[in-house]
Amino acid sequence: MKVLVTVKEVGEADDDFEIEGTDIASSDLEYDLNEWDDYAIEAAVQLAEAGIAEEVVAVTIGPERAEETIRMALAKGADRAVRVWDDAFEGTFADVSSKVDVFEAVVDEEEPELVLSGVQAADTAFGATGVALAERIGFDHAAVVNDLDLDADAGVANVHRELEGGIEELTEVDLPAVLTVQTGLNEPRYASLRGIRQAQRKEIAATDLADLGLTPADVESTLTLTEMYEPESDSDAELIEGDAGEAAGRLAEVLREKGVGA
Amino acid sequence: MSDVLVVSEHRRGELRDVSFELLTAGRELADALGGDLHVGVVAGDVERFADDLNRPGVDRIHAVANGEEFDHTVYTAAVEALVDRIDPAAVLTPNSVNGLDYAPAVAERLDLPLVADVLGFEYDADDGLTVTREMYGSKVETAVAVEGDRFCLTLRGGEFVPAEGVGDAEIEPVEIEAPESGARVKGFEEVGGGDVDIADADVLVSVGRGIGEEENLELVEELADALGATLSSSRPIVDNGWLPKNRQVGQSGKVVTPDVYIAVGISGAVQHVAGMKGSDTIVAINTDPNAPIFDIADYGIVGDLFDVVPELVAEFE
Repeated sequence: MKVLVTVKEVGEADDDFEIEGTDIASSDLEYDLNEWDDYAIEAAVQLAEAGIAEEVVAVTIGPERAEETIRMALAKGADRAVRVWDDAFEGTFADVSSKVDVFEAVVDEEEPELVLSGVQAADTAFGATGVALAERIGFDHAAVVNDLDLDADAGVANVHRELEGGIEELTEVDLPAVLTVQTGLNEPRYASLRGIRQAQRKEIAATDLADLGLTPADVESTLTLTEMYEPESDSDAELIEGDAGEAAGRLAEVLREKGVGA
Repeated sequence: MSDVLVVSEHRRGELRDVSFELLTAGRELADALGGDLHVGVVAGDVERFADDLNRPGVDRIHAVANGEEFDHTVYTAAVEALVDRIDPAAVLTPNSVNGLDYAPAVAERLDLPLVADVLGFEYDADDGLTVTREMYGSKVETAVAVEGDRFCLTLRGGEFVPAEGVGDAEIEPVEIEAPESGARVKGFEEVGGGDVDIADADVLVSVGRGIGEEENLELVEELADALGATLSSSRPIVDNGWLPKNRQVGQSGKVVTPDVYIAVGISGAVQHVAGMKGSDTIVAINTDPNAPIFDIADYGIVGDLFDVVPELVAEFE
């Protein structure tokens, strides 16, 4: 089977950052592969190594800058990648439906039997694209999967869904399916030097909306980011000052008052 | 088309707290829209759940008695049927693991704009709906304007006060036909267990991503020993396999309420805070002065744990 993995390059804010307009200044963001997607890639590559997946294709919606991140997914074992971008996305806050428009078109093209998505993107934290995509393309799905055992012959994925409070739901999902992958599902590998070299030769197909038979109107967002600000801290923490020794000394006093270490 | 539909959540025979928080949020939004508050309860012992959800502010409760436990196929079909009946402007669901297993499908099927992990909202007839949500790991808050007059929101738990008291809602059974599900729940498993129950500890030393490498765990183990405390952790430490799952504090791990909680190298993501905010005294040691953990800490040291922790160990030896 073919496995499609949706990946996203996300920005992580530095400890000190400035907000410019309605986003964090790009100079104060470190761009990296979304953590959840790292686990999704690993799951797909493991399926390939087990002889279950014939091909692993990574797809992203992102500007040219995102190629570096996509290249990491290739270095970890994805066979090739599709990068979708269009001026229509520039400076907008894409809604779930717009992303699904894009991924639906890619699914039509690639015809995967399994789509793996990270549970959420670390920057926007919607956690919705995978399940919305499943609904659109008529696949079944499971959200927040932290254990995966794929039985290709039976045409099912046996998964655990990580519910709140230390409870896991054991579920059997019919293929084709979209699974949203939780961190901890596996141990994402580091890209090897050999993998990194090989990734240089792998294809990243730069694709725009027209290539997918879409128009900018199709991906017009229903959401507009109108403000971004640092939340007011309602902290009433006593900040303990001084060098490490002084701070530790004062904290030790506090802890002893609370009966710790007595 | 000014009504609000709230979809309640239950698990293994119990309504979850977020259901009652949604009633409060739903009432606020219904007031702003000038409509009624409807509550959907799907699967399980719907009559008992409906009685419990009948709290002040609720106008009508729709009880859909399909199945026992959560099944996203049933939930999606039920919400679709209820939207068809009620024609609401807004559908509100919890931003929970199960909420995220059906709300995006509902929004997609009904062509509703979706905003996930909503902390608050404002509505007025001229400007429409604006919601508040976080980005970049809770480092910033944003306002998001939603186009159109219908929408689906998933609400973060713990942001609204749970509705209390007894209301006078009409309770109505609803029959729906749900298609056969392609995702079948086979059972549940409690994870954790093991040698230690961190929920029993009076003092927890809890370690997070800031520890960097597995071999550095020794440092916090020494601290826990010196203080007579139990060692716990945030999610990444367990994801990495450095500590077993029964040590994890947070939404998907254990909820703890020790006398003293010492967070070492933990930034304080919302999922973590959900598991420890009830601690009597919270101490945070972190290099990032903007880390959200300091918002809930009683005592904080902005500094490098590799400098501070050894000094603290020495204080107690």
